Amino acid sequence: MLGICLVYGYTAWFTMDANLAPFMRRNPVWPSSFPKVLSTVSILVLFFILLGVERSEQKEKDIDYRRLHEYHLGQAMVILGLMITYALCLRPFGFLFSTTAFLIAGSFILGERKWHIMVPVSLTTTVLVWYLIQQILGIYLRPLPGFSGS
Amino acid sequence: MLEGILIGLQTAFSVQNLLMVIAGCLIGTFIGMLPGLGPMSIIAIMIPVVLSMGDPSAALILLAGVYYGAIFGGSTSSILLNAPGVAGTVASSFDGYPMARQGKAGKALTIAAIASFAGGTLGAILLMIFAPVLSSVALLFHSAEYFALMVVGLSAIAAFAGTGQVAKAIIMTLLGLIMATVGEGALFNLPRFTMGIMDLQSGFGFITLAMAMFALPEALFLVLKPRNLQGDDGAIKDLRITRSEAKAIAPVIGRQSVQGFFIGVLPGAGATIASFLGYAVERNIAPKEQKKEFGKGSVKGLAAPESANNAACTGSFVPLLTLGIPGSGTTAILLGALIALNVTPGPRLMIDAPQIFWAVIMSMFIGNFVLLILNLPLIPYIAKVLTIPHNYLIPFILFFTLMGAYIGQNNATELLILVGFGVCATALKFADYPLAPLLIGFILGGMMEDNFSRSMQLYDGVSFIWERPMTLCLLMIAVLLVLIPGYRERRAITRSRANSDGHF
Repeated sequence: MLGICLVYGYTAWFTMDANLAPFMRRNPVWPSSFPKVLSTVSILVLFFILLGVERSEQKEKDIDYRRLHEYHLGQAMVILGLMITYALCLRPFGFLFSTTAFLIAGSFILGERKWHIMVPVSLTTTVLVWYLIQQILGIYLRPLPGFSGS
Repeated sequence: MLEGILIGLQTAFSVQNLLMVIAGCLIGTFIGMLPGLGPMSIIAIMIPVVLSMGDPSAALILLAGVYYGAIFGGSTSSILLNAPGVAGTVASSFDGYPMARQGKAGKALTIAAIASFAGGTLGAILLMIFAPVLSSVALLFHSAEYFALMVVGLSAIAAFAGTGQVAKAIIMTLLGLIMATVGEGALFNLPRFTMGIMDLQSGFGFITLAMAMFALPEALFLVLKPRNLQGDDGAIKDLRITRSEAKAIAPVIGRQSVQGFFIGVLPGAGATIASFLGYAVERNIAPKEQKKEFGKGSVKGLAAPESANNAACTGSFVPLLTLGIPGSGTTAILLGALIALNVTPGPRLMIDAPQIFWAVIMSMFIGNFVLLILNLPLIPYIAKVLTIPHNYLIPFILFFTLMGAYIGQNNATELLILVGFGVCATALKFADYPLAPLLIGFILGGMMEDNFSRSMQLYDGVSFIWERPMTLCLLMIAVLLVLIPGYRERRAITRSRANSDGHF
């Protein structure tokens, strides 16, 4: 976070104003004014946190990241991978195929093996959502793969 | 006024218009449940339908029903799945989702429905009484006051700053404000911090960020450590509100309906600030033992933003109907629809077309009532969503999360940004950083910078802070809202330490 704030601050203080039009320089407020304030305050607050000035009370957490290996970390990573794959496939493979595959694969990764439920449920949901969004609401979602010419 | 009310009743109670209200509420509720489709998009989608109807009263009545339905529908996904689809329902998830996790999803939805009904109805009464007077008061608010009001809205972060969490809550707010500066600002028209990426020209999407901060980490936590979403024993219980709970939330609903309405009247402020502010105010005035419950499933914490955002939605009709100024994105679309229907809202609307003015107000009452009647029996069934087995529910939550971000922008890059932010948000959650302040900062950041810059230009510097008493007053309230809870907590710790030292 400190890194982000330092890069943000550097951009705001040293690079943003270089290409500013002369008439904008006469303004009391520049596009970089607000970011400058934000970056300075953020860096100060982050040092405050890093130096441990404020002591927080120990709370019982849902998940202890020190014992992450004891949870279903593999499943979570594969699910994240699946989401990225879905994002990349949505356009080229079309909404209907990508979404059905995403829902089936998601359930499969989480341990579901009842194909006779998984496949019809995923297929029905996909078609219903597509029908609602594209046909009723008029928001375009490419239904079929791009190479099919749809 | 009485004559107007009668005209309104006569118009609103026709069979056609009653059907319009019911249809509007149902459409709004069901589509509003989908993350990513807020009232603004649903109303925009409905415009071709209402234009084909031709009757302005029926059209407005249908749109008002859709508006209220969508707000209630948005709260549903916020409470059940921690996936707020609209900024105005973000605050509802702070306590609504913890309630759902405790197996009180039904109760949370009931409170949301009742608070929404009360907020909307009280708002409509206030609209009826104060509309003409308030329109002139709203114009007294300048950008300096708006800036100060945004700062007061940010004071809601104090609610997330537990012991030793103040700095973390502040840094998360600042990160939200920083993220709001990415993209082209309205005032400067210069791309900032886009790193040359074209997809960032318009900044980060609100839905993307809301899903990444709330829904995605929650779904990932469920994958990491599966648990029952509908409570420890797996049953949906406590559908009804107890007498003591009703007693506790009644004054909250009353206060927040009034406060929410007056905030809603201010053009540009709207339901989002009203809900955050409502939450912050109720937390600050709650007794010590109840304050600890906020964020962990407090009935007051849910009732406050729900009544405030509904009352604010009604309040936003004041500048629209009396001055012809849309106070929010949704009312701007409504204004477009009205103009297309040959109705020009403004000071003369009440005189020239009283049947439209009063029919809209009456339909607000009917809409709220219909919404309550329709939704209360449906709540047990809606809450049953949480009983779906994890293996099916989690992919569905993730799918709707991704869809919410996708349909808003129709851009697959948005999905990759969502996953990236989701992973960062999960890491921050591990490190015990509160995520809500980031989203509050992001939502208010853009408006805050615009109003700040405008005030700076008008006053040629920061002198607007002391030259405008209302600004100074609001800023002082904001400082107090942040500092007082911390001071009280510190004093309580010192006292308890002194007491324990005395005992030993």
